[in-house]
Amino acid sequence: MNIYVLMKRTFDTEEKITISNGKINEDGAEFIINPYDEYAIEEAIQVRDAHGGEVTVVSVGNEETEKQLRTALAMGADKAVLINIEDDVEDGDQFTTAKILSEYLKDKEADLILGGNVAIDGGSGQVGPRVAEQLGMPYVTTITKLEINGTTATITRDVEGDSEVIETSLPVLVTAQQGLNEPRYPSLPGIMKAKKKPLDELELDDLDLEEDDVEAKTKTIEIYLPPKKEAGKVLQGELADQVKELVNLLHTEAKVV
Amino acid sequence: MARKVLVLGEARDGQLRNVSFEAIAAAKTVAEGGEVVGVLIGDSVSSLGNDLYQFGADRVVAVEDAKLAQYTPDGYSQALIAVIDQENPEGLIFGHTSLGKDLAPKIAGKLNSGLISDAVAVEEAGGNLVFTRPIYSGKAFEKKIVTDGLIFATIRPNNIAPLERDGGKSGEVSTVSAEIKDLRTIIKDVVRKATEGVDLSEAKVVVAGGRGVKSEEGFEPLKELANVLGGAVGASRGACDADYCDYSLQIGQTGKVVTPDLYIAAGISGAIQHLAGMSNSKVIVAINKDPEANIFKVADYGIVGDLFEVIPMLTEEFKKLKVNA
Repeated sequence: MNIYVLMKRTFDTEEKITISNGKINEDGAEFIINPYDEYAIEEAIQVRDAHGGEVTVVSVGNEETEKQLRTALAMGADKAVLINIEDDVEDGDQFTTAKILSEYLKDKEADLILGGNVAIDGGSGQVGPRVAEQLGMPYVTTITKLEINGTTATITRDVEGDSEVIETSLPVLVTAQQGLNEPRYPSLPGIMKAKKKPLDELELDDLDLEEDDVEAKTKTIEIYLPPKKEAGKVLQGELADQVKELVNLLHTEAKVV
Repeated sequence: MARKVLVLGEARDGQLRNVSFEAIAAAKTVAEGGEVVGVLIGDSVSSLGNDLYQFGADRVVAVEDAKLAQYTPDGYSQALIAVIDQENPEGLIFGHTSLGKDLAPKIAGKLNSGLISDAVAVEEAGGNLVFTRPIYSGKAFEKKIVTDGLIFATIRPNNIAPLERDGGKSGEVSTVSAEIKDLRTIIKDVVRKATEGVDLSEAKVVVAGGRGVKSEEGFEPLKELANVLGGAVGASRGACDADYCDYSLQIGQTGKVVTPDLYIAAGISGAIQHLAGMSNSKVIVAINKDPEANIFKVADYGIVGDLFEVIPMLTEEFKKLKVNA
């Protein structure tokens, strides 16, 4: 089976967020594989181990993304492809990323494409379905279970807490929700092997794309931190009095009840 | 510049969701005096048209087909593209719900347009329509504009106030014909786990429990309090992992993102993943035995104490308040 995973390198949102010069300050921050993409990588490896084939992890990013791609290879992916847009695209959006990925994927005859359902930094959750649409492929988002039998895929997806069981045919694109699997940590032999696995680097030129073809349709004009919350009021005194005071405050001060 | 804006009316259990009415309000801002057209998709949905009129739609259209009884990306996009072809809108607003998140990127991909997801506000400023949306799990915000083509956005429930309902309004629902065919994904089964009653992602009051709730029965006092306040019960991942409740109640980075007027966190420590799902609530109350718990840092009001003592007392006090009101 010919399996592709769409991966994003992302800022670890457990980090403290600060802003400098109107941008999120990335100095010294920890970067990781987007956690939802880790589920996608793990699932891809499991599908390959069960059905045979090859897993290629693709990322649109910059030079630094190589590190996360190597981690994916160390987990067990077979190949990695970095589409480096650092020199060509300044402010891309989801249209940009999806356009580039679909150009790359259009002649790859993928049987299965996996991605995370959302990236924890930008949080828009658009790229998976957009790529599927561009490739003319069906898709299923926020999946928690994937079973493949021949060319039929039976998929469970999370729908705001309910679950739907979906049947579809390959090729299909799916996006991972938490609960799909437990991503493995790269093993030491895995890390050693990863160094020798192929990691190709492409640029827009290699995909016959011009900068104009991928120009963003939206633009961020400002990034800001939410106003610092003033320290809350921790009530004092007898518990019964605290409860009365709280109800009174919610009613008269906060006016939410 | 006046624009024609389409709003997708999303039904759940035969009723339109509140976020559809909020989407009409957002569409009014985007339309800048132009027409707001409600779109209904389903097997039999025309009867919902008056609700859209009463919340401010200028016109309502519907695509009805037995194959649209359940949401599928192919069926809904065929229906919506038929409407878009007929109406030629300049704006498009969906709710940022499970359905909206699944469908909107496909439509944007088909139309080669931009899409601003998960907006919590929209305003006209300096000749632009500026959308505000949370990023980095709610730890920061960005303001975004569309630079090319369709103004297309999904809006987070409970953030943009709907217009006041005009109960006297009604109007026609005109049918748009669309050929619904070749659905590539088939729904074999739907397992309903989300609790009946108030929809968690749209609730005005959420009472959420964490590991401190200690057991499945421990959620009972929280349910009672939620009932008295007309709210919904939620949970932290810890409580779900410990099997005290179903994952359908989970609030956080995974799970639901909620922004109610009042969020009561009982026995929740306040891990960052949980905060990502609720920190933008308007008023947060924390009840926890541990005065050092992280949740107190985001709370507006806190009580240090045992939730099993505090919650029943709160329920009684709110009951008194409701009687006196």
